[in-house]
Amino acid sequence: MSWIWRFLGRVWAFVRRRPLDAELDAELAAHLEMAIEDNITRGLSATEARRLALVSIGGMEQARYRHREARGFMNIDILSQDLKYTFRTLWRDPSFTIVAVLILALAIGANIAVFSVVNTLLLRPLPFQNAQQLVWIAPPPTKCGLSCATYSTDAYDEFRTMSRSYQDVTGYFAFSSADNLSLNLGGAPITATSIDVIQNFFPVLGVHAQMGRVFTAEDARNGAAPVVILTNAWWKRQFNGDPNIVGKAFDMNGQQTTVIGVLPASFDFGAVFAPGTKVDAITPLNLYGPPRDWGNIITFIGRMKPGVTLGQARDEAARIAPHMCWNNKHPETCGDYKGAVVPVPLKDYISGKLRRSLIVLWAAVGAILLIACVNLSNLLLARASARSREFAMRGALGASRVRIVRQLLTESLVLASFGAIFGLMLAWTLVSWFAHQGAIALPLLSTLHIDGAALGWTVLIAVFAAVVFGLVPGLRMAGGNLQESLKDAGPSASTSRKHERVRSVLVVSEVALACMLLVGAGLLLRSFMRVLDVDLGFQPDRAAAIKVDYQGNPADGDGSTQASQNAIALRRAAFQQQVLSRVGSLPGIEAAGFTDYLPLGQNRAWGTPLPKGAKRPDKLDTGPLVYVISPGYMRAMGTRVRGRDFTWSDGPTGQQVVMINDSYARFLNSFGMWPDGNAVGKTLGNGGGPDLIIVGVVSDVHEESVDGDAGWQIYYPNTQAGPSGLELVVRSSVPPASMATSVLSMLRDINPKQPMAEFKPIRLLVNHAVSGRQFFMLLVLSFATLGLLLAALGIYGVISYSVTRQTQEIGIRMALGASAGIVQRQVLAGTVRLAIIGIVLGAAASIAGSRLMASLLFETSPWDIATYAGMAIALLAVAAVSGYIPAFRASRINPTVALRSN
Amino acid sequence: MSPEKLDLLQGTLDLMVLQTLVVMGSLHGYGIARRIEQVSGNEVLLNQGTIYASLVRLEQRGWIGSRWGTSDNNRKAKFYSITETGQRQLMADARYWERLKEVMERVMTMDNSTEGKADA
Repeated sequence: MSWIWRFLGRVWAFVRRRPLDAELDAELAAHLEMAIEDNITRGLSATEARRLALVSIGGMEQARYRHREARGFMNIDILSQDLKYTFRTLWRDPSFTIVAVLILALAIGANIAVFSVVNTLLLRPLPFQNAQQLVWIAPPPTKCGLSCATYSTDAYDEFRTMSRSYQDVTGYFAFSSADNLSLNLGGAPITATSIDVIQNFFPVLGVHAQMGRVFTAEDARNGAAPVVILTNAWWKRQFNGDPNIVGKAFDMNGQQTTVIGVLPASFDFGAVFAPGTKVDAITPLNLYGPPRDWGNIITFIGRMKPGVTLGQARDEAARIAPHMCWNNKHPETCGDYKGAVVPVPLKDYISGKLRRSLIVLWAAVGAILLIACVNLSNLLLARASARSREFAMRGALGASRVRIVRQLLTESLVLASFGAIFGLMLAWTLVSWFAHQGAIALPLLSTLHIDGAALGWTVLIAVFAAVVFGLVPGLRMAGGNLQESLKDAGPSASTSRKHERVRSVLVVSEVALACMLLVGAGLLLRSFMRVLDVDLGFQPDRAAAIKVDYQGNPADGDGSTQASQNAIALRRAAFQQQVLSRVGSLPGIEAAGFTDYLPLGQNRAWGTPLPKGAKRPDKLDTGPLVYVISPGYMRAMGTRVRGRDFTWSDGPTGQQVVMINDSYARFLNSFGMWPDGNAVGKTLGNGGGPDLIIVGVVSDVHEESVDGDAGWQIYYPNTQAGPSGLELVVRSSVPPASMATSVLSMLRDINPKQPMAEFKPIRLLVNHAVSGRQFFMLLVLSFATLGLLLAALGIYGVISYSVTRQTQEIGIRMALGASAGIVQRQVLAGTVRLAIIGIVLGAAASIAGSRLMASLLFETSPWDIATYAGMAIALLAVAAVSGYIPAFRASRINPTVALRSN
Repeated sequence: MSPEKLDLLQGTLDLMVLQTLVVMGSLHGYGIARRIEQVSGNEVLLNQGTIYASLVRLEQRGWIGSRWGTSDNNRKAKFYSITETGQRQLMADARYWERLKEVMERVMTMDNSTEGKADA
């Protein structure tokens, strides 16, 4: 126990260090006096007595130092001394301090922000309980979109019953479209987006209601009273966070729907499953109602039992798949899912594709941090050489090297801490901005925040940075020869030259790092340009879409008979014709038409009609995506048609007609049934249904992504096939936004139930589709710009320092007849030499690391000559500019002044 | 200040201080330092200033106590005296030194004859 007393004694001594120091001083003074007296008694002169007394004490300061050391916690004492000294020196040199802290804040801030993104998307588990148990069950990716990534209700039941690996399997209806919910509070209906989920959705994910309850099996039965669960955001926004909302009923889509619960803010459906979209409400999916025979509509999410491995789950899924039927009423569809039931960790499904981009991003900010460190090292070296005599003096007075390095490291740590504080503020701003970019199609973005891990990371990189940028100058300084530094009258001695060599190495590495960043950013930028240049198959500018409310008349029946279907189609056609003729008469409208799904959004497939008489291949893993449109839609979207567009006379009782896209036409032509190779006018067999005549072939529309390949598409007239909604697309000669009010009021005039739906420019859909790529590109680009700036600063610092050092030499040369031009050229040549070495090294490193980038690029080679050349020119230009200022200064040196100055 | 003076081993100074205080009773820092120098016949290399580090260490451990007083020639000085725990510690340390001394003696005086019965 004695060590506790010892420790307390030391703490006490530390607290009382001032009185203790005073006491020691008194003791030492008494000691000295007594020693002198003794010496005098021994017959020495007063001076000699004093001298010998001091010698035998062995240095008052050393005695004090030993005393403090023995007393304890001297390190804290030294630290507080160093800190005080550091603050004083930094205060005295505010421009240095500001520049250094600013550089560090930018670098550290960028690092924290990116770390938060990486942490959220890659490192942290998904925001669910035991998220590692959750799997996404889907077929391997195919061309036929969502319909080939989902399962039928029969398949769901089969899988859920047969599998033993899961605690439970759930899913949601994958074909809900945005703004599919119309909330009527009196006045204009309000649109919102709801998702249908299987009733066990929340228990499987482990999400509990914040208020009220989640769904039970009762809520999803046939004839169950309509219920809804509100997301936290919508509850707050639309219902002002009403604390008594549970139990209230509202008119939603024409039905009194009871709110049974409110979800916690931590659950954001869009952020996890549908990046870049917002979901306002969750409704139960009745598996035994109409969706029963809708085909592939459900996505699967499973929660594995504890202890079950992914491998086991996969094996089991592969065993069950052949027993699953697309529709139990059609036994020939059993086995359709063979090889198409593959569980993957939910997290991989959500953010797996982003891994590469995030690694590149992380590498980019890492490079920024290194560049900042190099820059700081440079600044500190310049300061260190100015302070070399100060340190030499301290060394001569007995300060150990460790002590001096310690002092310099304290300075670095203080700078880094300030950098970290401001960086944290910057990162916080950036991260909260990211978190509110709901339109960026990146998962989990809304859950971004600075958390404990990010704070830990901040501390880590701040200390790392401090050590990296503080150590080199520290060792340089402390390692110097004392005598030499003390003698070193001017900046022309050898230590300074050594410094300059170190600084040149630093600048070269800085340029090399900036070069790698620029190449990466350049390649991403070029890819992005290429993506924007892609022929989408439609003209996104000056077109806009609005969701149109249309409810059929119950008098037409439920569509179960042919007559009822025809009546429904005719009434719908009449409504559309009315809308289109009214819209067409609005000034500025060039074309208008209806579709049910817009490109780059939702999609589905219905099957694969083949040329009449062609033999159906055994296995077709993809089918064309289906769009149900009205006449005029193609013109409104700006899609080229060969053959003819649909007309209103393609009625429900007439000849069934379709349009297909080029890719599908090519595929159909490969059956060799069409001697002239032209699809227009040919007949397709439709698996038992009436034959389809191809009336037009249209350009390939990018339906799923801008940077992916267009797949097969087939268009049905909505007079002959049932659309799953109506989107009105208009093309105008004026900016589409200016049409919003007139179009909406026209729609409301025709149908008072028309909600205040959003008027979406088609360009926005494209922007949304490329927003993830744009986000990464912009981030890397801004990091590269930052890197370039820092590199420029570094070059400027070194060249300018070297000019100062050579003032005398330049003065002599000018006195001997060198012209200002020659001096300028020489200084510039030095700059350019450093830059070229850096560029060569950086380009070599970029080529070596290009494999990391390759998969992120679009139609751009990772060795793209233009990018490399552009980067080299940009860097050289920046280097030349930053070198020109000191060069100009050098040429202005007045020989007489320069020679006199030392 | 001849170069042949003995460097003090770690911890030996503390022991010397304790022993000095046992023998001399209450004494100030200068007195302790002088006494050690005299007894050692000026054999040890002692920077007198280091005595204070030793004193503060011993005091923190509770082995010595201190109070301000007046010296023989009427000078104000801090007087140190050994405590009971200090005395116990001294005895333990002395035993340790005794053993170490014996071992060192045996080692330094060994010859070939002892080789065979090293384990005895």
